[in-house]
Amino acid sequence: MNDVITSILSYPFMARALVVGTLVALCAALLGVSLVLKRFSMIGDGLSHVGFGALAIASALNTQPLLIAVPVVIAGAFLLLRMNRADKMSGDSATALLSTGALAIGVMVISMSSGMNTNVYNYLFGSILGMSSQDVVLSVVISVVVLIVFVLFYNRIFAVTFDESFAAATGTRIQLYNSVLAILTALVIVVGMRIMGSLLISSLIVFPALTSMLLCRRFFSVIICSSVISVVCLLAGLILSYVLAAPAGASIVICNLVVYGVFRLLSLFHSIPRTL
Amino acid sequence: MSLITCENLSYAYDNVVICDQLNFQVEDGDYLCIVGENGAGKSTLVKGLLHLKKPAGGQLLYGDGLRADEIGYLPQQTQIQKDFPASVQEVVLSGCLNRLGLRPFFTAAEKEIARQNMEALEILDLKDACYRQLSGGQQQRVLLARALCATKKLVLLDEPVAGLDPALTQTMYDYIYKVNRKMGITVIMVSHDLEAALRFSTRILQIGHRQLFFGTPEEYRKSPQYRMLVQSRNARHVRLPGTEKGDSDE
Repeated sequence: MNDVITSILSYPFMARALVVGTLVALCAALLGVSLVLKRFSMIGDGLSHVGFGALAIASALNTQPLLIAVPVVIAGAFLLLRMNRADKMSGDSATALLSTGALAIGVMVISMSSGMNTNVYNYLFGSILGMSSQDVVLSVVISVVVLIVFVLFYNRIFAVTFDESFAAATGTRIQLYNSVLAILTALVIVVGMRIMGSLLISSLIVFPALTSMLLCRRFFSVIICSSVISVVCLLAGLILSYVLAAPAGASIVICNLVVYGVFRLLSLFHSIPRTL
Repeated sequence: MSLITCENLSYAYDNVVICDQLNFQVEDGDYLCIVGENGAGKSTLVKGLLHLKKPAGGQLLYGDGLRADEIGYLPQQTQIQKDFPASVQEVVLSGCLNRLGLRPFFTAAEKEIARQNMEALEILDLKDACYRQLSGGQQQRVLLARALCATKKLVLLDEPVAGLDPALTQTMYDYIYKVNRKMGITVIMVSHDLEAALRFSTRILQIGHRQLFFGTPEEYRKSPQYRMLVQSRNARHVRLPGTEKGDSDE
């Protein structure tokens, strides 16, 4: 086991993937709890498709991918929030509209410029080779910002997640905090989709939250538990993908799926102490 | 000065008037019940009183140093809350959010306020329990404790006994009565339960797209508005516990 870890760390691209992956997994787990409870988890999926379109355009223009993807996905997040609020269309059909639209634009842009090649495959399913050291710096900065904002706004995020009408009535600016949540989600998705791929990134948001809610009975312990699960699954997944030479994103999702199954089984035994 | 004064107040959605000609006052220590048919504009008025909806006309004035964000609100339960993983303490403490200002975290002072309110509503022994595993009555007490954390003067309760069985309903009314009389908190309650409204409240407001009645329960019992509301409910075969025969018969 030690040999595997030493040999993993001897590859710079693996070390980069470990650093960025850990931070992204942590951020995604924190935001995921709130998004899942607010029934917003499909927003993550919608945004990852918008991210695919943005990456396709960035590669056609030959620019630094994050510089294009970050503003485009944030704009997408605002659009999704607005469409969810407007009540003219139900939230899930609005999400479907935006995500398939963005996917189609992305495919068109790629086929008109470089043609369908390994790039497309990497965008869809992720690649640990895709990160330059410049990307790593930007990703670390974004992740740290997300972490700090989440911790500072923790109590507000709880209030807005649990009961929007009460929070609004007692003077909490719910639009502001919903927007903060959307922006943070957009940032995490843009950073994470390089490793996980746009088809799999939303699993990082959904799985740890759902898994920890099977056993935890307090919001704070759900947050802590899903952070731990998310980071452990990410590391296990990266090791698995190295050993089996499998795609990293899929390996990480498989680990999450296994942990979910284990927790599901545990939750059937009522003797587990419910004090978490 | 009255805690709340409404003068010719009206609310509208997209220029369609939902309710207007509202003229009533809420005094310190009052227990005001807002009654009316479904769709009479009660929920709109609640939103208005909380400043979540702007008046279409007239004036809504707060007195005695009351601020809009210092009204303890007990909303109707949402689907999200029914399976929400949170402890009782976490939920109650979130009521102190309007005391934070720009601070990010709660201090011992806020935790003490939450403790006192849990004690007053006798849920202190449940403070580490999971909210979603409580009974309906206990959940409402938790939300009432949270509302008390947000205010020093006034709580606004939107159908606080909806979905509770008769025994739990009675207990909930007892707690609300205690909040009003012992803790000296002014109560505004939206209710379907005319009988309880007449028994506990000090003021009744009936609306049906406009103000139909405002006054004491004694006056209300004798009023034609009361008789009409009871009749229309009986016509729809809604059993009204404790309604005197004389009121519903011709």
